[in-house]
Amino acid sequence: MPDTTQMTDALNELGGHIEARRPDCVAAWQVDHGELTVTVALANLPGFVEFIKTDATCRFSTLVDITAVDHPGRAKRFDVVYHFLSMYQNQRIRLRTLVREEDLVPSITGIHPSANWFEREIFDMFGILFSGHPDLRRLLTDYGFRGHPLRKDFPTTGYTEVRYDEVQKRVVYEPVKLVQEYRQFDFLSPWEGANYILPGDDKADEAKG
Amino acid sequence: MMDGAKGFQDAQTGEQKIRNFNINFGPQHPAAHGVLRLVLELDGEIVERCDPHIGLLHRGTEKLMETRTYLQNLPYFDRLDYVAPMNQEHAWCLAIEKLTGTEVPRRAQLIRVLYSEIGRVLNHLLNVTTQAMDVGALTPPLWGFEEREKLMIFYERACGARLHAAYFRPGGVHQDLPDELVEDIDAWAKTFPEVLDDIDGLLTENRIFKQRNVDIGIVNEQEILDWGFSGVMVRGSGLAWDLRRAQPYECYDEFEFQVPVGKNGDCFDRYLVRMEEMRQSTHIIRQACEKLRRERGDVLARGKVTPPSRADMKTSMESLIHHFKLYTEGFHVPEGEVYCAVEAPKGEFGVYLVADGTNRPYRAKLRAPGFLHLQAMDHISKGHQLADVSAIIGTLDIVFGEVDR
Repeated sequence: MPDTTQMTDALNELGGHIEARRPDCVAAWQVDHGELTVTVALANLPGFVEFIKTDATCRFSTLVDITAVDHPGRAKRFDVVYHFLSMYQNQRIRLRTLVREEDLVPSITGIHPSANWFEREIFDMFGILFSGHPDLRRLLTDYGFRGHPLRKDFPTTGYTEVRYDEVQKRVVYEPVKLVQEYRQFDFLSPWEGANYILPGDDKADEAKG
Repeated sequence: MMDGAKGFQDAQTGEQKIRNFNINFGPQHPAAHGVLRLVLELDGEIVERCDPHIGLLHRGTEKLMETRTYLQNLPYFDRLDYVAPMNQEHAWCLAIEKLTGTEVPRRAQLIRVLYSEIGRVLNHLLNVTTQAMDVGALTPPLWGFEEREKLMIFYERACGARLHAAYFRPGGVHQDLPDELVEDIDAWAKTFPEVLDDIDGLLTENRIFKQRNVDIGIVNEQEILDWGFSGVMVRGSGLAWDLRRAQPYECYDEFEFQVPVGKNGDCFDRYLVRMEEMRQSTHIIRQACEKLRRERGDVLARGKVTPPSRADMKTSMESLIHHFKLYTEGFHVPEGEVYCAVEAPKGEFGVYLVADGTNRPYRAKLRAPGFLHLQAMDHISKGHQLADVSAIIGTLDIVFGEVDR
């Protein structure tokens, strides 16, 4: 393992450099677990991606990953997270931008062609729309699928199930029918933390009152 | 349909209007390496456009992971790139260890390196030989799969399963290796170069194999950057980029190995790079075996994320409680986010993990190298013959477990 303090110093320097060169784009930056994260305002995103691609100190010319994280409780519901790699400087960077449900995220396919499928996948999984994307179709889910599965309010079981129908001689789609209740344990101890009424406890209150 | 001449006739020249021909490749095509559906637009035999339809093997792994504990999620990684299962587990373990700050014991690190390299040989054996099959050879897969069988027995002897290992655990590996197994792996590594020479003799100077692979699917440095390639797709074009060397994880910095690179960036160079990587991996395996003979000790960092030893459970009530809690509730990972990547045989396999302090990941994104490689399919195959499409799919080294997730 390379020396972690040295790595953190280099990342701090890089973060400072980026903020100094692009103060209008960088909302915040920090180094955690030896990784540099820069928070960028949504509107400035393509310009900033272009900047870190071409700037001689950064040269983040490889797009590693784009993904999103859903926080349903927040007004700006989604984090869209970009990972870049510089093969020349041997550095990584993470960009984060906060997105409302109805916001359009500017596509970066013009700067990194490899963003194409990542953005399609995010559209598919989260329903985030990208403006300027050449071909924003669903990618991973079934033809004709409805809903956005990686949103936190989408049930793990989904809404439809398929089976082969012997009479109709084809695969049919039906609403999900579970033969037993979907089991999800929270593992909270009833003595500490659980704030729901256990089955049977309600009877104790009735007997008292 | 072929002539497309319905209702069109140029009276003066007598020319007919020619329309491009669309064909559907897959999803059940033996050269598609799984369930890949390509919609190809052909001009004669030349590919004009290639639209991959993926997701036929989509199982919603990332969604499922959000409702399972960290340990329960580990076996999902075997089912991503099922050709080299342990390399994926490695990335997951590294991500958890980074967030929890767990230090892995040295013997466990060596075992991880040993099995990661076995995984690399497993993967390249499959890829090289099926690539040969895609372009018409039948013998190489038979020879290569015999060696794969031996390696899967090493998997089985370490963890009990030939494919779905679940052997790397956060904090180390699940069980220690018996000494005989280390000796057997070493003995195998001594004989393996001869098998590689045999496969080499079948393919490298084979006229048909060269005709089908040389100058096919050339990628240059700019394309590598534009399309986010990693692994052999980068090294085949002459860039010595290897995460084991560039950003060493585990104890790869102690091992001596070369990073082979190609010159022309075509399918044939990538084949040569894979062959040489197998030799280098064998070299690492032998070094790891040598170190394992001398390095003794525990293979799990005993603590909150790992189970107590069996003997402790018999004598200590706390250990028994810990064991029960670990396998029901699971361990909690402190809040934070990390991205951890390993040099999987196919390229950079990464895990972006967002933890919220509970026993389940809030979000886990799996970054598969094959996803980006397949995305460039349209770009690479444009202008090639239809028959080259199967050679290009082979060289991209795609496994649908990881592309579709």
